[in-house]
Amino acid sequence: MKPKVAFYWCASCGGCEEAVIDLAEKVLDVVAAVDIVFWPVALDFKTKDVEAMADGSIVATFLNGAIRNSEQEEMAHLLRRKTQVLLAFGACAQLGGIPGLGNLWNRDTIFNEVYRDSPALVNPDGVFPVTEHRDNGHTLRLPKFFDTVLTLDQVVDVDYYLPGCPPTPNIIEQAIGALLSGKLPPKGSVLAPDVALCEECSRRDTKPEKLALEAFHRPSEVLIDESKCILAQGVPCLGAATRSGCGAQCVEGNMPCTGCFGPTSRVRDAGAKSLSAIASMAASNDEAEIERILAGIPDPAGMFYRYSLPASRLRRKRQEAV
Amino acid sequence: MPEPFEPRIVAFFCNWCTYLAADLAGTSRLRYAPNARVIRVMCSGRIDPQFVLDAFARGADGVLIGGCHPGDCHYQEGNYKCLRRFQLLKRLASQMGIEDDRLRLEWISASEGERVRTVMNDMVEKIRALGPLGRRKEVEEEAVVA
Ligand code: SF4
Ligand code: FES
Repeated sequence: MKPKVAFYWCASCGGCEEAVIDLAEKVLDVVAAVDIVFWPVALDFKTKDVEAMADGSIVATFLNGAIRNSEQEEMAHLLRRKTQVLLAFGACAQLGGIPGLGNLWNRDTIFNEVYRDSPALVNPDGVFPVTEHRDNGHTLRLPKFFDTVLTLDQVVDVDYYLPGCPPTPNIIEQAIGALLSGKLPPKGSVLAPDVALCEECSRRDTKPEKLALEAFHRPSEVLIDESKCILAQGVPCLGAATRSGCGAQCVEGNMPCTGCFGPTSRVRDAGAKSLSAIASMAASNDEAEIERILAGIPDPAGMFYRYSLPASRLRRKRQEAV
Repeated sequence: MPEPFEPRIVAFFCNWCTYLAADLAGTSRLRYAPNARVIRVMCSGRIDPQFVLDAFARGADGVLIGGCHPGDCHYQEGNYKCLRRFQLLKRLASQMGIEDDRLRLEWISASEGERVRTVMNDMVEKIRALGPLGRRKEVEEEAVVA
């Protein structure tokens, strides 16, 4: 009997689902080796099919996306129960990801923006999502939207993490290989090398030992020299505090690393670590001048917690301050 | 009746200056607000922003950093590094809803025991007015039910 495998998505963009397809013809090997029992984006199974399975009967579930509503929370619990090995697939499940930036707001401020204030909105009746609506004797229910975006492991126990926005094909292949062969690392491992991206970056030799920067720029403001370390050119590149394994795809495309693979195991708060490293490079000892240089980083939370706010020490903006 | 709010402050003091100043304040019997838990570090440049956020996440209402005056750092550059990190960290903290008065950096030399007292009293007063930060509760409880 082939091992049963499930794929599921929560608060995510769909890119992680694409990533599975990005395995290209290798996806056929995967399909041949396993029995996919649940994959809403591609196959017609329903929640009740999962509910009917015996507990622990799914060998592995790849769950992508953060948890930000009650339905996702329920599905995470259901799949956890039915699954032997639960993998947090991608940055959103692992760290909160881009949706995790919602933790700078809460339900009310997000709903007001989306259903009331957005300039692109047509909502003359001012309809807002509700969890229950009665019409003609029928009751309709919608999941409850949370104030706070959560990582998967803040909701259920997670066995392994596949980093990335989205995980790259090599990372996925290796994970599936490890699963099928039973050669899995200790529970809780991130299935990618535990070294910083700078280590595997082709521009590494052009990164000076000590960097002193007189200005910071956004990638759109300067022409980045393709042969030199991006950070050394004043464009914040988070390679020094980000886990490798992606093949430095962004840098190869002449764009800085934005940190989607998350931190190495030695870092507790990815954003604070990157902030620390980059701020120290401001080339001045004078308060006002430092301020001028660091003004080149107008949105530190957005830059340093782009993928990891819910997994950070503070997890969210204070509710009373939203 | 609920207990009156006593601000909890975590103070990271450099071993060569502010820590000695706090000691001096003690031996000269300068009384000041007893709200700080002092953590001695070898240099203000050793204070990782992770420590500061960790303090807030674990229930600190304020964080005070004390280092040597510019030019006086025993490791030359440490306090400048601290200043650079502090500036950006301060902006990050404000994005996270942590008010300005809760995070403070002061240069205090070993002989300035009096200054420790002034700063500490002032910080406790300001945080008392702000009220508890309450991150510990928020960080721990939200994880269970969002
Ligand atoms: S900072 Fe960026 S460009 Fe420079 S070596 Fe590291 S990953 Fe490569
Ligand atoms: S030794 Fe005091 S700040 Fe560096």
